[in-house]
Amino acid sequence: MNGDEACAEGALAAGCRFFGGYPITPATEVAERMSRRLPQLGGIYIQMEDEIASMASLLGASWGGQKAMTSTSGPGFSLMMENLGLGIITETPCVVCNVQRGGPSTGLPTLVGQADMMQARWGSHGHYEIIALCPSSPQEMFDFTIRAFNLSEQFRTPVLIMADEVVGHMNERVVIPAEDTIELVERKRPTCAPEAFLPFRPEADGVAPMACFGDGYRVHITGLTHAENGYPAMEAGAHERMLNALVNKIKMNRDTIISYDTEYLDDAEIVLVAYGISVRSARRAIRAGREQGLKLGLVKLNTVWPFPEEFIRDLAGRVRALVMPEINLGQMVLELERCAGGRCPVRLVGHAGGAIIRPAAILNVINDLVKEAV
Amino acid sequence: MNQPATAPCLQHPQEELLRSDRIPHIWCSGCGIGTVFSCVLAAVRKTGLPLDDVAMVSGIGCTGRMAGYIKVDSYHTTHGRAIPFATGLKLARPQGAVLVASGDGDLIAIGGNHFIHAARRNIDMTVICVNNLNYGMTGGQQAPSTPFGAKTTTSPTGSPEEPFDFCQLATACGAVYVSRWTSIHIRRLTESLTKAILKPGFSFVEVLAACPTAFGRRNRMREALDMVKFFHERSVIKNNIDPREFPLDFKGPLVVGEFIDRERPTFTDSYALVHSSQLGEWPDLERQKPAAG
Repeated sequence: MNGDEACAEGALAAGCRFFGGYPITPATEVAERMSRRLPQLGGIYIQMEDEIASMASLLGASWGGQKAMTSTSGPGFSLMMENLGLGIITETPCVVCNVQRGGPSTGLPTLVGQADMMQARWGSHGHYEIIALCPSSPQEMFDFTIRAFNLSEQFRTPVLIMADEVVGHMNERVVIPAEDTIELVERKRPTCAPEAFLPFRPEADGVAPMACFGDGYRVHITGLTHAENGYPAMEAGAHERMLNALVNKIKMNRDTIISYDTEYLDDAEIVLVAYGISVRSARRAIRAGREQGLKLGLVKLNTVWPFPEEFIRDLAGRVRALVMPEINLGQMVLELERCAGGRCPVRLVGHAGGAIIRPAAILNVINDLVKEAV
Repeated sequence: MNQPATAPCLQHPQEELLRSDRIPHIWCSGCGIGTVFSCVLAAVRKTGLPLDDVAMVSGIGCTGRMAGYIKVDSYHTTHGRAIPFATGLKLARPQGAVLVASGDGDLIAIGGNHFIHAARRNIDMTVICVNNLNYGMTGGQQAPSTPFGAKTTTSPTGSPEEPFDFCQLATACGAVYVSRWTSIHIRRLTESLTKAILKPGFSFVEVLAACPTAFGRRNRMREALDMVKFFHERSVIKNNIDPREFPLDFKGPLVVGEFIDRERPTFTDSYALVHSSQLGEWPDLERQKPAAG
């Protein structure tokens, strides 16, 4: 199946039973599959009037006690930013899959891009932390969608799947494991008496239990800055407390959240740091480079936000250079550079979008690095 | 000022439904929202629904703050987005009753697209719109409800636009229950709200209310009672009428009443139908599909 369909199957396996859809290339196949499959499982597929509404409907469905998701691409992702912020401030678990295409604006509807990476991090106004995963194959579209739901339930926050057009439309074999072998996480629900319940008081893991509609807690949930009891609190101290709680629950759990794989790293002198479809360009370049005798390695970022800062800082002190292929003119490479902190050179292999990064382009940059070092 | 501790403690008749710990509320003196809010609380009680199974969703604006004072599961969301949030909430937990409280700007300007589509889909929810003819919370700007020629801070010489007639809009979009009242029609409004909440499908109740602070003072209705008297003098009750034949007009009689009460399958009914094997093929839907395999 293709990556988009695998994403839908991953969502169903994760227990998603609500999809607020809006068609957009190249993410439409996620919605199409959900519209067929959800009713079979007693779930709801509803096609909303725009992506603003679809994002809002996810939040409502999540407070209604369901696991909810939507899929989109750049223009829709922009419209979702408003209620993504509401999801963050109200600590609402849900999943958004962005199958990236070339932008800005309508850009390249049918062709690949990886240029919404900073929008994923900072696209909604205000300061916050976000979790974003980057699948590089249809199998990972399935696996990472399950993980996205698990992380969103565990940390009570919207989670982004930052896929891309090639991964979304690529057909590959996808192994769907037996239902009882898939580990699922469910949001914590309160157990105390309603009078004693504070809907925004974090427990030791930084996360508060969630009382959904009908649980009998009669909570007030607002997009305004709020105190632990959920009531609006219009002063700097309350804002400080709330925002720190929002940021800390991600920061203090970053070791649980951050995921990356390494390949050929033991003897690597130049390391490619890649995510999404560009992982596959990087792998090809590494194989070709190693045939030429270049000691190349790979860091494959499974989560891009939060960024594996400590790992990159340490790695930058041990290698000759870091190279990031990405389908934009320099986004995640800025973060890579920041984390490398000048310990080694950092290079971008990028272009504006519309095609994947060619392995030869990566090798050209690597060869230049080797020449510079001589 | 706080009451002295020895003063007799008066309890609001709807104490069980109020977040009294949030009082005083933010509404200005003379504002009509408080009256409407009391009617909403009374109506919720009259429905007899278990309070744990009632939710209120709101967007942004003065009316949106109702969600912060009612003691049910309540969600104060983003500007204009109460309806799509409520759509998700309702479909995820269909046994719950979902109320949406919105002002005119929130519901029909920024939220207008969601309003027309939720009515078209006939999502089972009750939308209560307090129409005070302007954006009150931001100090009185022109709204899609502002009458032609009325002054606001962004139409200082009079609004150059024709307003929407919300009841006509709701009716045209397929709402199954449509009524309009003013904040002086307390008993009728409460009855109407009760009916609307119990009615399966998309119900819409518009309530014209005074906003002396932002709207009235720029339109020769500076005192709280001016608009109330105006409602009293001008309003005429007409039930079961087509709202298109009696458009909202402040120059003539102000037609209020229970306009529409009709039957139509809700989204949830229709969703179940299309996923059953009982629906035929479009366009002749009554023709049965051939039995599967």
